[in-house]
Amino acid sequence: MGANKLTHVAGTAALLIALVILPGHLKYHHQDFIIFLTINVLVVVSYRLMTLTGEWSLIHIVMMGVGAYTSALLSKNLGVSVWLSIPLAGVSAGAVAALLSFPLFRMTQFYFLIGSFAVGEAIRLAWVYFVYPFGGSSGINTIPSPELFTIDFMEPIPYFYLVLAVVTLCLLILHRIENSRIGLTLHAVHWKSPLAESVGVNAWKYRTLAFIIASIFVGVAGALKVHYLGNVTPHQFGVGTMVFVLIWVIVGGYNTFYGPILGAIVLSILDEAFRAFEAIRPAIYGVLLIAAIMFMPRGLESVPGWFRERLFRKTAE
Amino acid sequence: MPLLEISKLTKHFGGLTALNDVSFSVDRGEIRGLIGPNGAGKSTMFKNIAGFYTPSAGDILLDGESIRGHAPHEIAGRGVVRTFQETTLFQELSVFQNALVGCHLRARTNIVSAVLGLDGARQRAARQKAAEVLEFMGLSERRDQLASELPLGSQRALAVAIALASSPRLLLMDEPFAGMNPEETRQMMDLTRKVNDSGVTVVLVEHDMKAVMGLCRQITVLNFGTLLTEGSPEEIRNDERVVRAYLGGGHRL
Repeated sequence: MGANKLTHVAGTAALLIALVILPGHLKYHHQDFIIFLTINVLVVVSYRLMTLTGEWSLIHIVMMGVGAYTSALLSKNLGVSVWLSIPLAGVSAGAVAALLSFPLFRMTQFYFLIGSFAVGEAIRLAWVYFVYPFGGSSGINTIPSPELFTIDFMEPIPYFYLVLAVVTLCLLILHRIENSRIGLTLHAVHWKSPLAESVGVNAWKYRTLAFIIASIFVGVAGALKVHYLGNVTPHQFGVGTMVFVLIWVIVGGYNTFYGPILGAIVLSILDEAFRAFEAIRPAIYGVLLIAAIMFMPRGLESVPGWFRERLFRKTAE
Repeated sequence: MPLLEISKLTKHFGGLTALNDVSFSVDRGEIRGLIGPNGAGKSTMFKNIAGFYTPSAGDILLDGESIRGHAPHEIAGRGVVRTFQETTLFQELSVFQNALVGCHLRARTNIVSAVLGLDGARQRAARQKAAEVLEFMGLSERRDQLASELPLGSQRALAVAIALASSPRLLLMDEPFAGMNPEETRQMMDLTRKVNDSGVTVVLVEHDMKAVMGLCRQITVLNFGTLLTEGSPEEIRNDERVVRAYLGGGHRL
């Protein structure tokens, strides 16, 4: 247990140091790539908090959009500082989630999944149809970048460090939530809801809480994305994007904190690596997916354990 | 005033009347047996009391206050906790973590305190309570085992430990002896008495007549959703109506 924890801490530290040193040695479009990848890590980790209650939603990426639109509108139309609009993006996504939880959590399981999809699409269509203030299907352009002293956040490297700092902080908070009393209660609600209720757990409240927290953090991720891209459109938050999130989480594995992170990183890098074979890229991706699900049903997260077991058996012999 | 008072309770499921105008009351400190043939409405009664069902008519009073139609977690908050018919545990958690979930009411926290670690005192108190109930139920040595690895007797004991962790006034046990061998039954009976001696009022639904007769001074008999009779084990054993109900009554033998 202690040694296991030590390897986790060491591994995380090594990864962080690598991420701090790495960007200076990358080509321009790879710098772009790791910015979006880091943001996507926050998207999948916040999604996992939601799945801890046993409910899988299709609205997560739309909540990212809520954050993105909030931050874009606040900073562009109202002149709010980007440093303030990013946290406010999280707050507004959380508030929208709190409102939506009233209709949504009357459903569970499959019905919840479909309900969340329907509500998400309704929100996305609202962005398309209400040209004022959302800009219709062409969205909002020329969204300001953050400003701090003379640092140019239009450049990828400074922006990457900003994203890295925010995402690391968010992951720390999410990790603490999962390992706190609240994490244990979410687990209880997932696996034996009646038993949890019989000792006083308000299951509805905890499902709502997980949804709100997940939405807050994905809202922040959305804000980070738009202030780098400079534009936001409804198409960025379609169900196609949501499917990628689901694939990352499933292929990575959702029983550990790092599973979805592994999934997002490994699949994104593979996808990037096959950029040269543009025509057959989706096919390669599909084959990889099928292979992953066939040979690693418990996800990429099971790979380190598998190696550890092998190693242990070797040394035991 | 009785601790629990069931007053003219009726529960319909569509056209089926599962409980019809049932009244009885349970005094503080009792171990009450609730028996009856299959389909008599015993489990339905439990689910109504614990808030998993809402009664169609009638009232449920706890200490003179109505708890009718409240949600299960609210009723648990008032000190009424049930255990389940099938052994219901968090199989993938350790014995200690199971007990810790039971401490929810004393350990619940808000998100800010949880992240900043401001709820340390509460969590310590919860861990202490969890350790206490495991000790009480004789599970201390198994605290780090997974719940799924426990033998049946210990699983049942753990289910009671989870319930006790929430410090109930009234414990509703749904068939705690089902599927147990005589030795396990004897141990579970001792534990039930011990729980009762610690000040918890117990109502149990059970088919094992030896256990019910051995534990309870008062027994309530349901049949086809109505109250058949109430009395001491001696009276119940010699009541012709009870015997007839169990032997497939209605038809003259």
